[in-house]
Amino acid sequence: MSIYNKLGRNDLERKQAVAGYLFILPNLIGFMIFVFLPLLASLFLSFFNWDLINTPVFVGFDNFIKMFKEPLFRKTLINTVYYTLGVVPLTVVFGMILAVLVNSVKKGFIYKFSFFMPYLIPMVGAALIWQSIYMPNFGILTYLLDLIGITSPQWLSDPDWAMPAIIIMSVWKNIGFTFIVLLAGLQGIPNRYYEAAEIDGANSIQQFFRITVPLLTPTIFFTVVISMIDSFKVFDQAFILTKGGPADATKTLVYYIYTQGFEYFRMGYASAVGWFLLIVIFALTIIQFIYQRKWVSYDV
Amino acid sequence: MFKLKNLIKHLVLILFLVVMLGPFLWLISTAFKQFGDVFAYPPKIIPNNLTWDNFARVFNSFSLVRYFTNSVIVTLLRTLGMLITSSMAAYAFARLEFPGREKIFIIYLATLMIPFQVVMIPLFIIMRSFGWVDTYQALILPGAFNALGVFLLRQFFLTLPKSLEESAFIDGASYFTIFTRIILPLAKPGLATLSVLSFLWSWNDFLWPLIIIDSDHMNTITLAISKFQGYYFTEWNLLMAATLVALIPTIFIYIVAQNYFVEGIATSGAKY
Repeated sequence: MSIYNKLGRNDLERKQAVAGYLFILPNLIGFMIFVFLPLLASLFLSFFNWDLINTPVFVGFDNFIKMFKEPLFRKTLINTVYYTLGVVPLTVVFGMILAVLVNSVKKGFIYKFSFFMPYLIPMVGAALIWQSIYMPNFGILTYLLDLIGITSPQWLSDPDWAMPAIIIMSVWKNIGFTFIVLLAGLQGIPNRYYEAAEIDGANSIQQFFRITVPLLTPTIFFTVVISMIDSFKVFDQAFILTKGGPADATKTLVYYIYTQGFEYFRMGYASAVGWFLLIVIFALTIIQFIYQRKWVSYDV
Repeated sequence: MFKLKNLIKHLVLILFLVVMLGPFLWLISTAFKQFGDVFAYPPKIIPNNLTWDNFARVFNSFSLVRYFTNSVIVTLLRTLGMLITSSMAAYAFARLEFPGREKIFIIYLATLMIPFQVVMIPLFIIMRSFGWVDTYQALILPGAFNALGVFLLRQFFLTLPKSLEESAFIDGASYFTIFTRIILPLAKPGLATLSVLSFLWSWNDFLWPLIIIDSDHMNTITLAISKFQGYYFTEWNLLMAATLVALIPTIFIYIVAQNYFVEGIATSGAKY
């Protein structure tokens, strides 16, 4: 009874508190089992060696130390950074160009519909489509490059071209995200700013750099950070298009976690690499958060 | 001058349109090609002989209907579970006062940025200890509980006016009645947005089914087409026919509920 009394000063408050607990309970139970517990478990696991069969052995920070000495881990990290540096600038720049263009024409509906569509389909489907586009010797891409006099590389089987191939495919797939977020941002800029600039005699290029870009900076930054976080989690396309090859050229961080965990059953080590990924993403999130607060006063 | 500028804009946009839609065109074209035309050079966008055979062959050689049904079941139940539990929790977080509310909510918020890839290993171990490997439960339940659903709906509920609830409360309505009769009907746009996101998360999911599903009859459609790759190798006409089948629901729902897709992703910035 005493616990019940602590829930509120009077019966009305106590009843509300009980209702509150009952309402969150179904979600809270699921959340604890499927989100929170696995998160704690993965931190715990990263200090052990465990192959799912024998008794787990406590190894302290060994997994984390081992990770940085492992050449394949370093390679997957470099590959992931390469992918990120390719995909993020391209999706943001092209997303911006498309958003500005669509925002400036009347009846841009069909463009908006089409540019956003690749983002919604399953990554696996997108990767399969592009695999047939990249088909060596007889493929459509080989043919199109041939038309403009370029000899097509052996996209997916050449270690130098496999990652660019995955980047191009991913830019096509993800551009809809930056496009739609930036378009929403553009539409949020009040027309009166442009009208005032017009009266002051600013041309459209001046308007773009003096009004659009400054007011859109928080949105641009947001799409950059979200795209970076997303890029660090890249897996599906590499799994479908190249199986991480050739010569590990497209093996990414998540691919590495997947093989360590589910092919070699090094559960502890794979969890440690998972926590490395989490720390990278945490850092990116913090940067976004700090930056966002700096821009609050800019809100229009 | 003004018209010329507009014309150039449209020309540039149409160029982008061709690039963005080209792969879809190629997909459809290949899915209706005969095997002989797949390696024709120069490639033909419109094949000489269009054929439905590829679809018949894919449906006959594999339990494509079963995979498709699996995906539908998983997506529907996952979305339903998420809508019910998230909306209840969101109502409590937005409207009901109880000790510990802020603390619990902060724990939810803190997990927003946790990538699935970090928890997938313990999650697999937990599923294994439940004996749930290769089951619907394993495909449905973990995805039904995510902090983002609660967070999005809470933000939506906070924008609803309180006056209706207050007058209902004075008339003696219970919290449950207020929730089902007042909150949920008002929250339809928010619920629709979350449904669309949940559909995308679930239908397009690949890594989790890849880990947790072993047997053929439990494949989701996305997992299934990834496996066809190993059976068909260069029979692109068959592979593209199967891929087209997997894509059709997404494109159909996108056409029907377009604004919710745009809303869901543009406003929340949610990557799925």
